[in-house]
Amino acid sequence: MKVSISQVGVAAMAFALVFATSCAKKEAGIPAGPEFQKKFQEALILAKPGAVIELPEGKHDLTTTLSLSVENVTIRGKGIDKTILSFKNQKTGSAGMLVTSNGFTLEDLAIEDTKGDGLKVNGATGVTIRRARAEWTGGPKETNGSYGFYPVQCKNVLIEDSIVKGASDAGIYVGQSKNIIVRRNRAEFNVAGIEIENSQDADVYQNTSTNNTGGLLAFNLPDHPVKDGRNARLFENNVYNNNTDNFAPKGTMVAKVPRGTGIVILATNHIDVYKNTIKDNATANVSIISYLSTGNPINDPTYDPFTDEIYIHDNTISGGGDNPVGRIAELVAPKMGKPLPGIMYDGIVDPKKGNANICAQNNGGAELANYDAARGFKHILKNASANNCALPPLNAVAGFGGN
Amino acid sequence: MLRSRLCERAVGLLQRASPASARVPTRQAEARATRLFTAIVLVAVLGGCSKQVHQYTQEPFPKKLSAWHLFTGKPSELHPNQGVIPYDLNSPLFSDYATKYRFVWMPPGTSATYSATDSFEFPVGAILSKTFAYPESEGKQRLIETRLLVHGKTGWTPLPYVWNESQTEATLDVAADPTVVHWKEIKIDYVIPNQNQCKECHEKSKASIPIGPKARNLNKDYNYVDGRANQLAYWTRIGYLKGAPSPEQAPRATVWDDPASGTLDARAKTYLDINCAHCHNPAGSANTSGLYLNAGQMDPMRLGLCKVPVSAGHGAGDLLFDIVNGRPEESILIRRMDSDLPKVMMPELGRTLIHREGVALIREWIRSMQGKCEAKPASL
Repeated sequence: MKVSISQVGVAAMAFALVFATSCAKKEAGIPAGPEFQKKFQEALILAKPGAVIELPEGKHDLTTTLSLSVENVTIRGKGIDKTILSFKNQKTGSAGMLVTSNGFTLEDLAIEDTKGDGLKVNGATGVTIRRARAEWTGGPKETNGSYGFYPVQCKNVLIEDSIVKGASDAGIYVGQSKNIIVRRNRAEFNVAGIEIENSQDADVYQNTSTNNTGGLLAFNLPDHPVKDGRNARLFENNVYNNNTDNFAPKGTMVAKVPRGTGIVILATNHIDVYKNTIKDNATANVSIISYLSTGNPINDPTYDPFTDEIYIHDNTISGGGDNPVGRIAELVAPKMGKPLPGIMYDGIVDPKKGNANICAQNNGGAELANYDAARGFKHILKNASANNCALPPLNAVAGFGGN
Repeated sequence: MLRSRLCERAVGLLQRASPASARVPTRQAEARATRLFTAIVLVAVLGGCSKQVHQYTQEPFPKKLSAWHLFTGKPSELHPNQGVIPYDLNSPLFSDYATKYRFVWMPPGTSATYSATDSFEFPVGAILSKTFAYPESEGKQRLIETRLLVHGKTGWTPLPYVWNESQTEATLDVAADPTVVHWKEIKIDYVIPNQNQCKECHEKSKASIPIGPKARNLNKDYNYVDGRANQLAYWTRIGYLKGAPSPEQAPRATVWDDPASGTLDARAKTYLDINCAHCHNPAGSANTSGLYLNAGQMDPMRLGLCKVPVSAGHGAGDLLFDIVNGRPEESILIRRMDSDLPKVMMPELGRTLIHREGVALIREWIRSMQGKCEAKPASL
């Protein structure tokens, strides 16, 4: 029962809204207009599992967070630039949408100007976001919300063919999750374009990340209930010109990311970075660091602050490193000169292990510099033989959301 | 009106005369027998008050609050029907200074099972009712909403009923619009939580549960129509609670704003427990933050001390730690409690105003903490 808004009266629409969710085809259309928010939220609450909620074309004004807790619901608009949920006048709630149910799909619509996160999905198995956009339309500003698309503690996450713009933290942020595919998205003018944090088994590929402060981040941080971030393959991404000044609130972790960083790998293990095009990121095209480099205390005895088993290979890395900011600019550039090498590594190794297996091979002319942050930046090494190594490939993320 | 008052009286007498309070001296037992007789006569004569509380344990739930028969007489006066027992908490959740009226009902012959730490296990059919009201003008209060939490066959369901302007009925509205409330010169854009938002706070491991009715919160005296009594003892006496020790043996939360009830530390932790821990606990919806403010939480880091925030975004602002010993002004906890901006404020739901008195308590608590957080913030 696909509802055509032009063909039915308002009363019939209201009827359809209330009852369509229980009819055989499980589709409901929400009419545009002043009642849009209430009708949409009611539909989200009264939806039966498996329902498809169709949203009409147009810019729909919302003033509060929408939420969904019914399993296997699809929310579908008419197109990434045609159905717009505008939260410009949001009065209450932080996120635009909050989803806590399994099997959630969002497609073909945009979420704009939320006070906090665009879409947060908490604790769900099966999350699909496709051809969707999360954007703060006033350009990069500290007052913008934190995350565009934000699945946290989820399993089987697929984010594809989407656009994120203007997040004051990360555009696409997958946290504390498992089994993740992030592909063919475009992230621009965010502090962090795409961030995979405290997560396991992620394939991040064919994304374009540009004009962010940092393009692509793989982090593992302490004090989270889910730690042990590892196993990510970052490949065939286009990460360039991420030179937008950092506009994150200062207390956030990404506030520490120097503008002009392409890929950052922080305290996470088993990361395979290959066949990416990484260029013209003014501080560092690739940065590999330990959590100890953040200067933050570690109160969490179960946390591993070290970075191990990183393999950077077969990438096209060019330009950049010519106008660094932050610690590298102050402490390393004076010793090494500019431009800095394409791959910057702080050289902090778990004393219990001795060797972190940080490997780089075949990245065009790009060199790896170990700038020895552990011992006061004294013994800076370029292309050390210890880093001229290879690691076995990681398994592809499989089992869901295929092409 | 008179009838309903008499009904209530009869019900009260019946309750006091119930066999659940059997072990009493003989003279009292005689008096009870007289009361029981009077009550039965009253009930028989009045007839009309024989309308029992109506149980609904699955969809569809009634659209009108009156269909539950939780209250008798004039709707806005919330006179409890037979078996509908008012209760109160040692320290309540802050809800924009609303007055809250809480009631519990259980099907005849059933009872809740005591727990020393968690919410009691309630029988199927149990109803918790909480009505939010404001004294809008001299001596006149306006009921805004009544939230029912109903223990159905498949678990607890939250049902938000919104009162009409004439205060004659409340209607189920799963996604109600905000309503303007005038209270003490303040205009409040009062937000009635939608059904999903009810679940966000009442969620534990993805299922809805009650928050208030825990031993530590209920362990206090209440002025019942038939006299003052400890709530745990009273519930036990009328058969609503089994397995409870004597009130002296049961845990008792402090009263957050009564220094006589406990130390600053204990009162601050009570406040955080009732205002934050429904989400901030290891099985709550804010468990992603790793900040756990539940009663009995002993790990200082989990309570926020020198803890780096997780994905707090604007909640953190320029601050580095959830709590910095001795420095409330540098503590994210205070920043978020002391804000009414949607992207900063905590709790996210259930308030639009800042609870100044609550913030003052937590500020004093943090100021009293010794030591300091080590930080040498660096850029990467």
